[in-house]
Amino acid sequence: MFLQRGSGRGFGCGRDGWAGFGVAGGAGMWALLIRDLRLAVRAGGGFGLGLAFFLLVAVLVPLGVGPEGDVLGRIAPGILWVGALLACLLSLDRIFALDFEDGSLDLLATAPIPLEGVVAVKALAHWLVTGVPLTLAAPVLGVLLNLPAAGYGWLVLSLALGTPALSVIGAFGAALVVGVKRGGLLLSLLVLPLYVPTLIFGAEAVSRGVAGQAAEVPLLLMTGITLGAAALLPFAAAAAIRINLR
Amino acid sequence: MMPDLGKYAFAVLASYGASVALLAAIVGASLWQRARVKAQLREVEARQEGRDG
Amino acid sequence: MSIWEYANPKKFMASTGWLLPWVWGMAGLCLLVGLIWGYFFTPDDFRQGSTVKIIYLHVPSAMMAINAWVMMLVASLIWLIRRHHVSALAAKAAAPVGLTFTVIALVTGALWGQPMWGTWWAWDPRLTSFLILTLFYLGYIALWQAVENPDTAADLTAVLCLVGSVFALLSRYAVLFWNQGLHQGASLSLDKEENVADVFWFPLLVCIAGFVLLFVALVLMRTRTEIRARRLQALIARERLA
Repeated sequence: MFLQRGSGRGFGCGRDGWAGFGVAGGAGMWALLIRDLRLAVRAGGGFGLGLAFFLLVAVLVPLGVGPEGDVLGRIAPGILWVGALLACLLSLDRIFALDFEDGSLDLLATAPIPLEGVVAVKALAHWLVTGVPLTLAAPVLGVLLNLPAAGYGWLVLSLALGTPALSVIGAFGAALVVGVKRGGLLLSLLVLPLYVPTLIFGAEAVSRGVAGQAAEVPLLLMTGITLGAAALLPFAAAAAIRINLR
Repeated sequence: MMPDLGKYAFAVLASYGASVALLAAIVGASLWQRARVKAQLREVEARQEGRDG
Repeated sequence: MSIWEYANPKKFMASTGWLLPWVWGMAGLCLLVGLIWGYFFTPDDFRQGSTVKIIYLHVPSAMMAINAWVMMLVASLIWLIRRHHVSALAAKAAAPVGLTFTVIALVTGALWGQPMWGTWWAWDPRLTSFLILTLFYLGYIALWQAVENPDTAADLTAVLCLVGSVFALLSRYAVLFWNQGLHQGASLSLDKEENVADVFWFPLLVCIAGFVLLFVALVLMRTRTEIRARRLQALIARERLA
């Protein structure tokens, strides 16, 4: 497998790294994705917790705000987006921390697949085990929060297009603090400000959808952030990991 | 000759008070750090010179 | 002689050593003159009454809050590209100063908004952007403190500064999109200077100069402290080895 083919390449994607990339890199990325998904499923619920947290937020908010349906309906888009964002935040430190502790991150950094690809695959794995379940659970919780019927489509669409950005930005934050002991709180402090644009556009799209206004513009802007983050942030995250592994 | 601040006296005075306090805090903290690091550096330098020489 | 010679810590210490008292003096002079002029010798605005005196603090601190981040961005880039330690340390030294200016801008803004808008806090785009900027400063400072190895910390914070700048800019426009707000852009912003009457404009200019000089003085002094602290660490490490 790809780990045995490690060619001791510490920095950037050396020539041999790209040369073998088509064969070994593609297979390596698949193997890494499968491995991460397996670890997430088997290693005891770290990612399922996010979903439970999301449910708790949706239950606690009406208890705090009161049972009036129209109030809940108005704040539902924001609550669901903030809940999804915080649930996503919960599992971020698992993206790299465990691999850093047992040394497999060092192996991944010297593997023939570029570290940028490793980051992207790990962010994808994180999205598959948190973003996708959150997106699927959101309409159910929307019922609890009395979300108006016009909002469901926009809610699922905006979460489906926005949660990848949360995972990629989160992977960048996790890469920054990978060498810090007990970096969980620091990670939140670093990542939450970076989530602001995604949150604003995502919640705005749902609110406008509920109000019957044109929701395409915030949705497209948010998708732009998702695509830009997915394209560029793996490079920043890989740079941060190399710095931390030095 | 204090200017008559009228009904906005609190807003103006509190703004000046808070700003001066915050600026004093950052200047004071910087000066304190400077003094502390300088003293420690002097101490270590004196100790090392004493031992080397 | 190239400007990069000042990136040598020794040269930096020597040249800023004699410069610093002058910068402090000029900063104190400008602040004293500008604030006394603004506070005692300017008339009240016919609409805002005496609260117009707050702009002598609010506008310069808000300007410097953003400029401090830009300076940190430039210093981070210089560190990443040319590996001058002084540059990284200057970025580290500037962050708490920028945070202080941001807080001053927020506090004076809230105090001004209470009588003018009838509320301490409104989720106005500019106020919100500054609140987000505060969070960026806090995260940056926290990362510097959390990472033990100084070079690793410098690299990581520089990367954070670059990415953070992009997202701060995105947040700025996202917030504008989200709420058009009630801030009077024109009357207080500098590019529309014709909207501020001369009586307010000249003391404001002096105050801005004072805040710029104060920022330079603080950053120079704090950078010098950081350089000394690095030397102190190096000496202690040598002592342990011996």
